[in-house]
Amino acid sequence: MGVRQPLEGNNAVAEAMRQINPDVVAAYPITPSTEIVQTFAKFVADGLVDTNFVAVESEHSAMSACTAAAAAGGRVMNVTSANGLALMWEILYITASLRQPVVLTVVNRALSGNINIHCDHSDAMGARDAGWLQLFGEDAQEAYDNLFQAVAIAEREDVRLPVMSCLDGFLVSHSYELVEVEDDDALRDWVGPYKPRMPLLDINNPYTMGPLDLWDYYIEHKRSQWDAYPDAKQAVIEEGQRFGETFGRSYGLMECVELDDAELVVMAMGSTAGTCKDVVADLREQGVKAGLLKLRCFRPFPAPEIVEVLKGAKALAVLDRAASFGAATAPLFSETVSALYSHGVHAPALNIIYGLGGREIRPEDIVGVFDDLKAIAKSGQPSDPVKWIGVRE
Amino acid sequence: MAKLTEVRWHGRGGQGAKTASYVLAIASAEQGWEVQAFPEYGAERRGAPMRSYVRISDAPIRLRCAVQHPQIVIVLDDSLLKSENVTDGLEEGAVVIVNTSESPEEVRGKLDYQDVKLCTVDATAISLDTIGRNIPNTPMLGALAKVSDVVTVEGAQEAVRKQLGTHLRPEVLEANMQAISRAYEEVQVA
Repeated sequence: MGVRQPLEGNNAVAEAMRQINPDVVAAYPITPSTEIVQTFAKFVADGLVDTNFVAVESEHSAMSACTAAAAAGGRVMNVTSANGLALMWEILYITASLRQPVVLTVVNRALSGNINIHCDHSDAMGARDAGWLQLFGEDAQEAYDNLFQAVAIAEREDVRLPVMSCLDGFLVSHSYELVEVEDDDALRDWVGPYKPRMPLLDINNPYTMGPLDLWDYYIEHKRSQWDAYPDAKQAVIEEGQRFGETFGRSYGLMECVELDDAELVVMAMGSTAGTCKDVVADLREQGVKAGLLKLRCFRPFPAPEIVEVLKGAKALAVLDRAASFGAATAPLFSETVSALYSHGVHAPALNIIYGLGGREIRPEDIVGVFDDLKAIAKSGQPSDPVKWIGVRE
Repeated sequence: MAKLTEVRWHGRGGQGAKTASYVLAIASAEQGWEVQAFPEYGAERRGAPMRSYVRISDAPIRLRCAVQHPQIVIVLDDSLLKSENVTDGLEEGAVVIVNTSESPEEVRGKLDYQDVKLCTVDATAISLDTIGRNIPNTPMLGALAKVSDVVTVEGAQEAVRKQLGTHLRPEVLEANMQAISRAYEEVQVA
């Protein structure tokens, strides 16, 4: 049985890492995820884990060491935010291409410039094409639960891909809340022992990993990597169910709130979904057919599943906590609308860009978005789908 | 409707508003409430005005934004009454607890909004007396226990033990316990 205890989001993640007890952590601390690394390093120093903790000189080195340690045959974890993730960028692609099941906690923070330590999703969105799976947690409990599932998903024989477990910087990472912390043994049983696949340290079976791969085979390798993601999506579903069977909290690709008969739907990721839930409950009491689609799994992007739950909506607002500069719309909107269009669904849709650099998003902001949805449900698709909210203009 | 109490702490960097928020959350959780506590971070500088928030509810807390209309405001430093609008967003009957050597009557005139239940306690003097340093955050929890049901004196003391017990020397921890009890006794309610 788990015990509900007040924990800061970062400490919930550190606690999960202690319970997972990975072989190697190579990390370079950065705000707002510093406390995870700091707390975990203390666990190492106190002998509470068997982890080989590698203090590296940069995030580029951190992810290089992690990828190499995973290739050698270890269970490997890492933690970062914002510019730290950006500095890992080169290696992120290599980790995924080499099919190494590294698990990285990303405490989401705005990328510079200007320099900002607060939450948005620009860091994770910048890494969205690297081949990593990306799970977004709403609160500390989800960040905690997601980490165990991330390890299980990453290491499955039918997946073998790295996973990012994302949580919102400060909003979740520095919030004290009640987290049900499960029993060490129960969690270790659930995650299971790591079975490395073709580890480079198996010196009786030597082989080369990541060699030169030109026009003769590169595209075949990329094509086979492409085919891994539908299986990974299935693994996200199955491990979310399996987690629920053992610990009572089930997870899927997304969480649907009042979507069955919803006419006006807001879609969001991360902690904002919590605020949206309160607004949807209030609007429902007023008789508004409001709903929320909280996307948990951004990679792989569950296009058909999203279409299935959105096809009855009369108007949709997709909330992006990131901008894609030079693009017509922001990432979550672009992918969602692309999914809808290719499946023949054409509800009026609005792309809300909000919360960059930690700009507050309040219930009344979300109410305003629903007001916009009421309008476009009648008037049809606006010619410019992008609307920034919470901005002084 | 959920019963939701929202608390806003005003302090200066280094005075322990964040720690006090966390301790309050721990104490309230121990009493069976759902809790959420979080500081408002700007640039973290010692002495700079900062706010920290606590939500205490009988239902799960899903909101993720700063507290706008607190029922309780706790001011750790009375010099903030000049520079910060500590009554921002308050509604009639809200409780304001100020660490000051002045009486509620003297403080009331300094507030922009006066339709509040005003309490004062000299937490600085109490902490200097008991702990030997100006650390007003823990005694303010004792004062809060006097005027609200979200925490009790014993609950606040237990939570301080839990949160700070491993960091503080035993005699300092005991001094904090005394500071909480004394603030509970000495708080003046207008």
